[in-house]
Amino acid sequence: MLLKLELKSNPEVLCLVRAAVERAAEVLRFQDSEARAIVRSVDEALANVMRHAYGGKPGLPIEMSCRRLEHGGQNSARGGIEILLADQGAPVKLSALQGRPLDQIRPGGLGLHFIRQSMDEVEFSRKKGKNLLRMVKYLSPAHQVAASEGE
Amino acid sequence: MQIAARVATGGTILDIVGDIDLAHSPAMRKALLQEIKEKKTPKVFLNLEKVRYIDSSGIASLVEGLKASRDQGSRLILFGLSKTVREVMELSRLQKIFEIHDSEAQALAS
Repeated sequence: MLLKLELKSNPEVLCLVRAAVERAAEVLRFQDSEARAIVRSVDEALANVMRHAYGGKPGLPIEMSCRRLEHGGQNSARGGIEILLADQGAPVKLSALQGRPLDQIRPGGLGLHFIRQSMDEVEFSRKKGKNLLRMVKYLSPAHQVAASEGE
Repeated sequence: MQIAARVATGGTILDIVGDIDLAHSPAMRKALLQEIKEKKTPKVFLNLEKVRYIDSSGIASLVEGLKASRDQGSRLILFGLSKTVREVMELSRLQKIFEIHDSEAQALAS
């Protein structure tokens, strides 16, 4: 386990989480642009939990964990990072997971689009009363070699 | 995040310092809409040189500001976007609907 955080649904924690995730991405030797994509996705996913699953109520629990995917390991051909988020909020509606067409110029509905654009795998599920989100970002081939050599 | 307002040629510059995320975008939205709708400032310049991060709620606030400025017949002008902010603008495919300049001098001359 690279990182495990037990958070509360307070937007003030987001800057701390972004810093921690950025460092984790650096440790795994992601390129700067990839690290920014990972940070952005975690931030947007947590914001969605706070705004939608918990309806803006502060102090409610969110679990977050980051795991290194080893190069050549099970379910990972290239190595990378797997991020899991779990909350106990209202079930996420499938219709809310579609995002909105980008040709509509209006506020809102962009967070999920950012996540899907930024990560290689995005999966939502609900188990035992919890909303679960799994996001994966793989190392780009050039950096995969560099990361392996640095081990 | 900190917001400071200063007078500029034909309008007001809002200097934003810090991250525009879920915790802070409401403050930026309030400052922006106050300048556009209440003070009816003809040109509102948003200085983003010291913004390290912006999320979708920040972008939503900018879109709301842009719509308000169009309704008022005024202008919302952004300048000093960092690489991170530009990336988010491009992801949202909204960079073409905003007036964006590299520097304050260019924004003021526009």
